[in-house]
Amino acid sequence: MSRLGNIFYLSVLFGALWGAVWVIIITLLALFISGLTFQPQVTAGAIAGLVAAALLVFQPPAKRTLAMRALAGFAFLLVLILASGAQPMGLPLSTYTSGQFIFVVLMAVVTVQSIHLTCTNLGPGHEKRYNVEVLCLRFIKGFGLVAFTIAVALPFFVMVMMSLKNQQLLLSNPLDFSIDFGQGFASLFRSYIELFTQYHFGTYLMNSALVSVATVAITLFFAVPGAYAVARLRFPGQNFLSRSILLIYMVPMIVLVIPLYAIFSQLGMRNTLWGLLFVYPATTIPVALYMLQGYFRGIPAELEEAGLMDGLTRLNVIRKITLPLALPALASVALYVFMIAWNEFLFAFMFLDNVDLFTLSRGIAELNSSEVPRQHLMAGAVIATVPVLALFLWFERFLVAGLTAGSVKG
Amino acid sequence: MPTPDTSNQGPPKGLGPLAKREMRFAYLLLLPTFLIVLSVVLFPLIANVWISFKPVTLGDLRAPAILVNERLMGDLEAVGDEADIRYRARNSSRKSAIADVVFTDTIPESLSVISVDDRCVADGQTLSCDLGDYEAGQREDIIVRVAATQAFLDAPENIKDTEPAFTFEPENILTNGDFTLDNFRRVFNASDFWTVLWASMYYTIAGTVGALVMGLFAAQLMNITFGGRAFLRGLFLSPYVAPVIAVALAWVLLLDPGPGGTLNALLIQLGVIDGPISFLGQRAVEINFLGLSFDFPVALTVVIIFEIWRYFPLAMLFILARMQSVSTDIYEAAEIDGATPLQQFRFISLPQLMGIMAVLFLLRFIWTFNKFDDIFLLTGGAAGTRTLTVNVYEQAFAVSNLGAGAAVAVVVFLVLLCFSVIFFKFSPEDDA
Repeated sequence: MSRLGNIFYLSVLFGALWGAVWVIIITLLALFISGLTFQPQVTAGAIAGLVAAALLVFQPPAKRTLAMRALAGFAFLLVLILASGAQPMGLPLSTYTSGQFIFVVLMAVVTVQSIHLTCTNLGPGHEKRYNVEVLCLRFIKGFGLVAFTIAVALPFFVMVMMSLKNQQLLLSNPLDFSIDFGQGFASLFRSYIELFTQYHFGTYLMNSALVSVATVAITLFFAVPGAYAVARLRFPGQNFLSRSILLIYMVPMIVLVIPLYAIFSQLGMRNTLWGLLFVYPATTIPVALYMLQGYFRGIPAELEEAGLMDGLTRLNVIRKITLPLALPALASVALYVFMIAWNEFLFAFMFLDNVDLFTLSRGIAELNSSEVPRQHLMAGAVIATVPVLALFLWFERFLVAGLTAGSVKG
Repeated sequence: MPTPDTSNQGPPKGLGPLAKREMRFAYLLLLPTFLIVLSVVLFPLIANVWISFKPVTLGDLRAPAILVNERLMGDLEAVGDEADIRYRARNSSRKSAIADVVFTDTIPESLSVISVDDRCVADGQTLSCDLGDYEAGQREDIIVRVAATQAFLDAPENIKDTEPAFTFEPENILTNGDFTLDNFRRVFNASDFWTVLWASMYYTIAGTVGALVMGLFAAQLMNITFGGRAFLRGLFLSPYVAPVIAVALAWVLLLDPGPGGTLNALLIQLGVIDGPISFLGQRAVEINFLGLSFDFPVALTVVIIFEIWRYFPLAMLFILARMQSVSTDIYEAAEIDGATPLQQFRFISLPQLMGIMAVLFLLRFIWTFNKFDDIFLLTGGAAGTRTLTVNVYEQAFAVSNLGAGAAVAVVVFLVLLCFSVIFFKFSPEDDA
């Protein structure tokens, strides 16, 4: 029978896999949200996915209409409930009925949709190697997207959820991330409020902002003239400099920490924000200079020459012609340097001893002890993450363009 | 009309006045960058080598000082009674000498000075002594004999009311002439030196390759158009953007083997494992595979997974940028020729990406080798995760032996130098 070739068998296999994957994911999601001890019914999910895929792919691609997919979804639901002994999520349907209903329907919808997307335009009778590869790659990519998303999001999810719970609840049932919205704002965000009122997080936030913004200002102030010189002016050593400036970045910070610690201790600069403002720009200037000189080279020299002919001095050429044109690059460099300074841990940890000088990284390190409850630690982590992540996502396009055009930093 | 001098054809030799001015201006613009890089990067690098040859501990950074204790010995009950004022001076440091100690004090008006120590001069009520050099830990007494006057008996003054003042030149432990090879001996003779080096290499290679492969995979995913792609790209970049301490501690709590650890509870709930696994505390687990048994390093592998998780976005970003700059014509041509998707990837995409992959490998390799924060925050170097960089911290600040830490740092730098030489020798000429 010509209808049942490799494509059909593979589709059915992928259907079973999608069924199993979504049953696991959505059951766990339900577990997190409700705090009930659900058990993913993996085998039942696989069988249900298999049946749904067989139903759907047996049709030629053009006939897989919305109604057809709904039918496959119903088949999925039916098989799932039958194969799991009327416990599609490991608990009798009588508990948490409406919630279970929603989650099980969600399973059916996403599984059938996944199968449909995997097999779009492919069906029995398309048995070429090309199509087989397309089908396999679609499944791998879809599965990869799901896996990457979960792997990346899980730590952040746990971070946020733990910050809203309290220690006893966390220890008694670590999988219960249900949020009781009835307890009111002050109770829900108690960890955050306590961090700001009792743990000086307001000061830390101010210090972090101060140090980061000042680092950006100093870096740009130093790197812009330097980058201009490397990009535009001719002088002996220009080529060497433009290539070797990034070598500074290969120097491990940990090698610098001992001498800087010793010297700053003796100079009395160690336990100060000035000390950080001396070290941070030195680590960011080389990459800023490299990124900016790449951008400056792209600006037509004729514009600047015209300015020079009209009697502007070099400095005024930089100020009135080059910088306005390089604004996007300046923004991306500024954002990048801000990110480095905000996230910096090693020097803040080594240098700062006074609570009123702590940056956020240093302050969170202080919370990392058994005496401080976990939700405070995670609330601190959220407070440190949100500003830099928000800023980054807001200006993402800027940053990505600037980063990839110029340079990199790990 | 003056004719140009044609006798000297060819370009002018040396720099003309304009070029010289341009050169001076360029150097002026670069000067601040030079200075700050010199003082915060190059000078400390040299200082680190210097410290690695010196017997310095963390406590030695506090500058030595003269501590003094002043006391009146004897009773003054009648006019003319004599007593000693004893100054007991001590070098606070047990390791470094103090040079040129000069000491001054004012003796109360109501006491008349009878005799003073040989090294001291009493000018009226002012006492000044030139005590010379103090060895490490040296202590001595300076005796001043005084007699009571009527004024003292009427209103006894406490001799401690005037603080004795010292001027001295403490020997700087960092700049004195003591050198030792003990630091390097300690580093190379340490029983775990090779373990540390091996852990460093394993971490670096596996972390780099893993981040690159995952970045390549993620870039393939992000190259498809679908709704919500921009959101997912932002999400995928967030491990790289978020502060290291925030994500590292989130992982620590996620992997916690005790009650409250999410991942262990999850795996037990799913029936994958029977009891909690100490992901970050277990050095190795024995695995039997095809009759061969070997130790699988648990904590080190988890630390590497964290490294991959945190840095695949960077590789993804650069590979994606490269992929999107490849023109689509070539793929359309391949499509017409009947190339399958895997063939297109193997014979079109991959060769185009080799350049950026090589550069990324090189940079990531060095940065992973240099990485300190991640491991320090996850395990603190316990359970077989101590890499060379963590060892620098361990020696210098946990064991408080700055010299030994600096010696490890020198080893780090030398290994790095070797890598750089190898890489730059074999690195292909490319545009990326």
